[in-house]
Amino acid sequence: MLFGLLCLTFAISHVVPGDPARLAAGPDANESMVETLRTKYGLDRPLGTQFARYLGGVATGDLGQSLRSRNAVVDDLLRYFPNTFELVTLALLLAVAAGVPLGMLSAVYQNTWLDHVTRVVSVSGVALPAFWLGLMLQLLVALHLGWLPLGGRLGLTVTPPAPITHLLFVDALLRDEWRIVADAAAHAVLPVVTLCFPALASIMRVNRAEMLETLRQDYIVTARAQGFSSFRVVTRYALRNAMIPTLAMIGLRYGWMLGGTVLVETVFDWPGIGLYAVNAAVSSDFQPIMGVTLVIGVNFMLANLLVDLAYGWLDPRIRRASVT
Amino acid sequence: MSARVLSLERLTEREPAAREVRRYVRAYARSASAMAGLLIVAVFVLVAGIGPWIVPYPEDGRGAVHLERKLEPPSAAHWFGTDEVGNDVYTRVMLGARVSLQIGLIITIVAALLGVPLGIVAGHVGGRVGETIMRVTDVFLSVPALVLALAVVGALGPGILNAMIALSLVWWPGYVRLVQAKTLALGQETFVEAARAGGAGRLRIVLVHLLPSCASPIVVKASMDMGTAILAAASLGFIGLGAQPPHPEWGAMISHGRNYLPTWWWYSTFPGLAIYLTVLGFNLVGDGLRDLLDPKSRG
Repeated sequence: MLFGLLCLTFAISHVVPGDPARLAAGPDANESMVETLRTKYGLDRPLGTQFARYLGGVATGDLGQSLRSRNAVVDDLLRYFPNTFELVTLALLLAVAAGVPLGMLSAVYQNTWLDHVTRVVSVSGVALPAFWLGLMLQLLVALHLGWLPLGGRLGLTVTPPAPITHLLFVDALLRDEWRIVADAAAHAVLPVVTLCFPALASIMRVNRAEMLETLRQDYIVTARAQGFSSFRVVTRYALRNAMIPTLAMIGLRYGWMLGGTVLVETVFDWPGIGLYAVNAAVSSDFQPIMGVTLVIGVNFMLANLLVDLAYGWLDPRIRRASVT
Repeated sequence: MSARVLSLERLTEREPAAREVRRYVRAYARSASAMAGLLIVAVFVLVAGIGPWIVPYPEDGRGAVHLERKLEPPSAAHWFGTDEVGNDVYTRVMLGARVSLQIGLIITIVAALLGVPLGIVAGHVGGRVGETIMRVTDVFLSVPALVLALAVVGALGPGILNAMIALSLVWWPGYVRLVQAKTLALGQETFVEAARAGGAGRLRIVLVHLLPSCASPIVVKASMDMGTAILAAASLGFIGLGAQPPHPEWGAMISHGRNYLPTWWWYSTFPGLAIYLTVLGFNLVGDGLRDLLDPKSRG
């Protein structure tokens, strides 16, 4: 799969109509600069040789150089990825923490006001353009009410803590810098809510549908007849089964969120790989876009692997099937 | 006499089909949300169709400049206000419907034209070819569509045509997955076995038996994809890689209007509402069609 992803990024950069040397040189380069780059990167060689060279580069952590920052792409990615990772993780946690219980409650209290509200939210959530939702939240919460900052990762007067893990929240907590934690949290609220909203809607919707299906099963009726409390039946027996398709949706939504960072980070000026890719794309800086595509693809694959492992944890039948 | 008998025969043959269509229409109409979606889509299609002839300031769609009325708030003369060069935002939002509809249609049709045949080959022919198609599909699905589209537009250069090419190139794998799974399942069905036993060739089985049976999920997916494709194209427009000024495209309008928040809030707000309503409309129609045509895939 990873090999396939490398083939895809290579194909986009080398096979899609357009001149990779010209792309790498940037829009203002003259012919001799383009020719120099063509020879330097071996773009005048056969495609097979170029691909072998590309694979060798990736294996040694060489993803090219950014024209904008003049840094090695891999260094930029290492700098920006932790911010994106924090944003996506927080958004996913919020989406699961709110989406699963709301979907469950919506099914348990079917056709009540709670069910109607959650259904409207779930239908609206997937139709709202994330970048517009972000702007509207900025307009209302940051500019009109002044409750939260407009964007960025930290306030101008706040100095980030000395890096340990390169994850700002974790580093600030480890260094006991509560002022930084509070400032980072205030900056994170709007981007996290914006990014999590479509995922929350999808998770809620799938979990509701699965819970409705599961609550009608014979074993649930039997559990109720045996006198188990309603809370235990719903959370211990129904939710666990309903979570399997919900988990698939969570995995899928993680990928969408990684894609969504491109928009959300642009709106909130969040210094992650999404904003890095957009800035690169707008200024025809090609190597960083390929690097970001690769990193996001690998992360998405890892997320799907985790989801597959979680299936086994949730469903003993899958666990046994994989053992035998 | 024989002609009369034939025509009567045809009538009796057609009657059940017509009755079935009426039954479907009635079942669809019973869902309030599906009907609301249909109404939104109908208005959107109507505006896209006749927009250029009913908008109050047609020249504003081509990027006219009226600096004397720049950034005016919503009023009777300009329902959605005006932008930084005095263009009527209402006019540009209405004209944007046509751009969005074209983009959504082209992306969905190209994706289906690429994905459906590949899905059928993968599911029906199978073997090494089918395996290869599915592996390539999996690779495409391993990167979020928007990121992949960003990469392709990065290679091709910004512009509405390149954005459409990029999104079409990354949109087809969903159709391959859907049609391959459906074709595989249908391959075991008795009617396909019977056709094969009756000497029907591969092409006949595909065209007469498999394709019509795959039609329902494809229609449902296409109706949902219209909204998602419009959203993705608007996203590229917002980033600055889609439609370029003075093209009246909703995403690009929001992007420009962003610089004028919070004072000139109308500039970004109305194009965003238009995207939201349109995507919502297609999603509701897709939901309604799925409940009707493909209820097993409900999730």
